Amino acid sequence: MTDATAHRSPPRPNGLEGVAADWASDQRAFKTASWGKAMMWIFLLSDTFVFAIFLISYMSARSSTEVEWPNASEVFALHVGQTELPLLLIAIMTFVLISSSGTMAMAVNFAYARNRRRTAQLMFATAALGALFVGMQAFEWTKLISEGVRPWGNPWGAEQFGATFFMITGFHGTHVSFGVLFLLIVANKVRKGEFDSGRRTWLCREKGDYEAVEIMGLYWHFVDLVWVFIFAFFYLW
Amino acid sequence: MTHAAASDTHASHEGQAHPIRLYLTCWGFLFVLSAASYMVDYAQLQGALRWSLILIFMVLKAGLIVAVFMHMAWERLALVYAILLPPLAALVFMGIMLAESDYTLQSRATYLSGDPELAVAREGGHE
Repeated sequence: MTDATAHRSPPRPNGLEGVAADWASDQRAFKTASWGKAMMWIFLLSDTFVFAIFLISYMSARSSTEVEWPNASEVFALHVGQTELPLLLIAIMTFVLISSSGTMAMAVNFAYARNRRRTAQLMFATAALGALFVGMQAFEWTKLISEGVRPWGNPWGAEQFGATFFMITGFHGTHVSFGVLFLLIVANKVRKGEFDSGRRTWLCREKGDYEAVEIMGLYWHFVDLVWVFIFAFFYLW
Repeated sequence: MTHAAASDTHASHEGQAHPIRLYLTCWGFLFVLSAASYMVDYAQLQGALRWSLILIFMVLKAGLIVAVFMHMAWERLALVYAILLPPLAALVFMGIMLAESDYTLQSRATYLSGDPELAVAREGGHE
């Protein structure tokens, strides 16, 4: 076998610079995914394990306790007028997050069509929906805390309920919050036309390179994806 | 750092431009599936029907998000396998912890309930 790249391999730097150079060199396993995209996927894979372990510990706590687990359907019910609607706020939060995923997907689409204005608009809309989600979560936390839910106990049943609730939704909410922050940063760069300037930055390799928007989108969809599992296992189960 | 790799990637992910209708359809399905899983709770379905519906809607939603929104359907298998296979280890871990928590529950029932006869009765089967 001949090494096609051997004849033109550049001199290799040593030390930290060498680490960066080696990791950034031309050896690619993922032919259609750039380094940025592959690294985002690998980060998301590690994050998948973090959330999987949270959900597994929740499962262990719930299935090993002798005490009745609080009924999520009633705990998260909302009074509208006279009627009590189960899980209403959570359902609205789910729709908000799914909508934000929809606007994000369309932002990526417009980014590859190099429609700067539309991309920025849709990304700002995504960030707004994300912020709305975090706001509703803050409302939910406030409501539950005022009703006496603590990490070490609650009025309705198994003590582990509070600990798992705050841990899982708190970690997810943190992800959403950081997502909103990064969305605003990238959207603002899109709005200012940084991706069309031809200037090489850490987000942009060349003129018209909008891949950063897709990578940002991967993170955002992942946050939505995690919520699908939290919704199913924590709220509906 | 070479630039060749970056630009040939760039050429290929221009292919990630899909008709906007695809995303809207996917979005619509996600809405319907979310509404359906909410209805499972609203209608107070119980037992095996409830668990299976929750799981089916969950898997369909997750699949749509990963395949369409995250473009996994259009990536090469090398990436798909690298990302989607490792989480199966979490499923194995889940199985182990399910057995473990069953044992913990039995121990609690046997040694901590204070009523030995009740403990023996629960030993048989519990849910």
